[in-house]
Amino acid sequence: MAKIPIRLTVNGKPCQAEVDARTLLVHFIREELELTGTKVGCDTSQCGACVVLMNGASIKSCTTLAVQADGAEITTIEGMATDGNLHPLQEAFWNNHGLQCGYCTAGMILASVDLLERNPHPTAEEVRNGLQGNLCRCTGYHNIVKSVLAAAEAKGG
Amino acid sequence: MTTRIFGSGIRRREDPRLITGQASYTDDIKLPNMAYAAILRSPHAHAKIKSIDTSAAAAAPGVVAVYTGADTGAGLNPIPCAWLVPDCDIKAVTYLAIATDTVRYTGDAVAVVVAEDRYQAEDAVELINVDYEILPSVTNPEAAIQPGAPQLHEDAPNNQAFHWVAAGGDTDAAFESAEVIVRDTIIQQRLIPNAIEPRSALASYLPAMGELTMWNTTQAPHIVRFLTSLITGLGEHKIRIIAPEVGGGFGAKVPVYPSDMITVFCSMKLGRPVKWTETRTENYVSTTHGRDHVGHVEMAATREGKITGVRSVVYAGMGAYLSTAAPGIPTILHGLMYSGPYDIPNLKADIYGVFSNTTPVEAYRGAGRPEATFLLERLVNLLADELGVDPVELRRKNLIPKFDDGHDVAMGIVYDSGDYNLTLDTALEHVNYQHLREEQAHLREQNQYMGIGVTCYCELCGLGPSQVAGAGGFGGGLWESAVVRFYATGKVNIFVGTSPHGQGEETTFAQILSDELGVPVDDIEVIHGDTDNTPMGWGTYGSRATVVGGAALALSARKIKDKGRALAAHLLEAAEEDIEYEDGKFFVRGSPDQNKTIQDIALMANVAWNMPEGMEPGLEATTFYDPPNFVFPFGTHVAVVMVNPDNGYVELTRYVAVDDCGPQINPMIVEGQVHGGVVQGVGQALWEGAAYDEGGQLLTGSMMDYAVPRAHMVPNIEVLSTVTPSPHNPLGVKGIGETGAIASTVTVYNAVIDALKPLGVTKLNMPLTPERIWLAIHQQ
Repeated sequence: MAKIPIRLTVNGKPCQAEVDARTLLVHFIREELELTGTKVGCDTSQCGACVVLMNGASIKSCTTLAVQADGAEITTIEGMATDGNLHPLQEAFWNNHGLQCGYCTAGMILASVDLLERNPHPTAEEVRNGLQGNLCRCTGYHNIVKSVLAAAEAKGG
Repeated sequence: MTTRIFGSGIRRREDPRLITGQASYTDDIKLPNMAYAAILRSPHAHAKIKSIDTSAAAAAPGVVAVYTGADTGAGLNPIPCAWLVPDCDIKAVTYLAIATDTVRYTGDAVAVVVAEDRYQAEDAVELINVDYEILPSVTNPEAAIQPGAPQLHEDAPNNQAFHWVAAGGDTDAAFESAEVIVRDTIIQQRLIPNAIEPRSALASYLPAMGELTMWNTTQAPHIVRFLTSLITGLGEHKIRIIAPEVGGGFGAKVPVYPSDMITVFCSMKLGRPVKWTETRTENYVSTTHGRDHVGHVEMAATREGKITGVRSVVYAGMGAYLSTAAPGIPTILHGLMYSGPYDIPNLKADIYGVFSNTTPVEAYRGAGRPEATFLLERLVNLLADELGVDPVELRRKNLIPKFDDGHDVAMGIVYDSGDYNLTLDTALEHVNYQHLREEQAHLREQNQYMGIGVTCYCELCGLGPSQVAGAGGFGGGLWESAVVRFYATGKVNIFVGTSPHGQGEETTFAQILSDELGVPVDDIEVIHGDTDNTPMGWGTYGSRATVVGGAALALSARKIKDKGRALAAHLLEAAEEDIEYEDGKFFVRGSPDQNKTIQDIALMANVAWNMPEGMEPGLEATTFYDPPNFVFPFGTHVAVVMVNPDNGYVELTRYVAVDDCGPQINPMIVEGQVHGGVVQGVGQALWEGAAYDEGGQLLTGSMMDYAVPRAHMVPNIEVLSTVTPSPHNPLGVKGIGETGAIASTVTVYNAVIDALKPLGVTKLNMPLTPERIWLAIHQQ
């Protein structure tokens, strides 16, 4: 299979690689870049465990081809903390018990980044609607919603 | 002590690695020279395998090996069922890792491909050519046991896996003399657990050493080691099972799976590491399901509303084979709980386990107790309707009065402690029940349909006394273990046999130890999930990790304290009986300045320069704790729904959970467990259900088709609690992992039926989808 060259920036670091046309972005991130914080939950963009930011917008990397990310800026969960300081959403999920098994957490946090970017002061209902694309089986969502609202509060000051 | 760490909602200590992406789950782990396996699964529910042609797959790029049942049959023993319930004519049918002659459910393994990468393995699987002769199939458990139904196993006539009866009192007489009898047929639809992490196994066999290491998505690594030894023939001492981070289990990661044994087989054959990770599609057909009961249930009572008897005939689907713990679930974990929190003198559970051409059924959050709670609470509501009384008052009339230290129930088990009226009163006061009923009446006048569901439950968990496990046919013990090891620096490791996967025991166990010995939580690290460095234990399920494993830990801490007291007496040149302990310090009574801290003790015990005569060096304690009884948490849940008759849509507007799990080590974690359990149970009531077509194809085979609750579908959960300690547990604690799922399904179900009452709808099957509700309203 012919390899296709791609160049992209992942968590602020430029990288280049040659990938198969069919390589999924999530597999490129996990297997080639060995950033395993991004998870695969359903392979069909239903669960949101694989959400990463592409050029600032949340996308499901299990149904995005690696070649589609050519030229893009990607942020994964590993790129959220800066200089050893947790991102406000990470801090909020920790403070509010917004995770249990942790498997959906990276996707939840990255989807929430996008959500708060578009709506810095959401209501609880807006958070629930905004996270429709991310499944969690442990928390019943109660503390996830609480976490996102707390992060919005913290950022808004 | 001023502030106790026990009872404090501190942030979880496992979270930093989970929120930064630094945690390693099984599929995140890569080993040098690792190959990937993909499994070919039967597309038919029931068929003879006439031939398999693997030649094209074997020749495909990157393929290392292709194996069929003929290969694995020579290397692997059948998968054993570990819970062979006695006295019920149980049929332990042969369960092969890879089918040889016959496939019995859509998803049964037929062959495996090992390749250099996962894409190549998946490609090659599609090149395997299997010639099937399709056989008739059956998926409903009640249909499967009827004469003439397609037969799955020659040695299980009528597909009957077992017939188990438990009774107390004289139930038939109670029904003969009953003034009132209410009946229902309840379908506990088959559920798909849907842990968000797919299952995975990474097996690494070292031929030179005859040693196997397997990283595995399991809730019970020591059980996996035990059964892997039986299946592979490898000595248990040559097997290391590691449950790294595990992304949710809910019961479906308890069993030992064919897929994982296939992966082990591949690694042993090839002498290199092999990883298999299921796709979500594979998960839906081959990871175990839950529930699947068809129950005919009835309740006898007096006209005054005193319940005199409950009996059932239940057909419990087992799927095509008996999964590891499956037979114990509709029997011991279900049939023994027919009195719930009520005083009911006559009980009978008549349970048939039935094979069908479906994915094997296993424990799923609550495992048997949600089904028992459902039938009881449904019957109580039917009785209230029949008698024309308020369902809450009927419940109150039958609740067992408060007891602190043991209460015998008709099924022959002994509840530990309970104050059922207290949780009921707390819940009713919190929601202002009278006001809710008035609001409901008011809304009905405006043709708006609000419904209220109130559930009183009591459940059995903290599994459990090993003697009872043995008598109940469980192929192991149910005790737990904890090693507490102090280092010279005063830092501590706790090694436990339980295997948390989201429940937060790295935090709560540290809190237990900190509370017992005054060591800062930050100086404690909890080690779990690796059979090479943790003591034997039976795993995390049945709401047992904190109840049984936490008790083992507390007892180890108390042994440390005893040794510390003796060593402090020696160092302080005082009599041991004069040494007191408080807040991490041992001191001479009346002279708190003359003291040795636990850290001083840890240092001296580890360097051992000045020990009392006869005292061994080291500060370490091990406890194997076998509980004398189960624990019986209880509570009252209230749901409020609005049903829109125009489209059948149910809105869950309010959910209140009042639970009593005894003293809470970390209330934040307790609440989280309740939130999650409640929403899972609500999912069963309103949205979830596995559906098969007539040919045994799973129609709900993806997250698109099977409705796992999403954030916008549920409200916040209002969580309250009362505290009634268990008299026999060293910490007084009871389990809280399953109560939400045990109570919430029937609470929401009863609320919806209550809402529909003015519209003439009195019965519906779950899930209560808009379509079902709309049809029921419009077909009246």
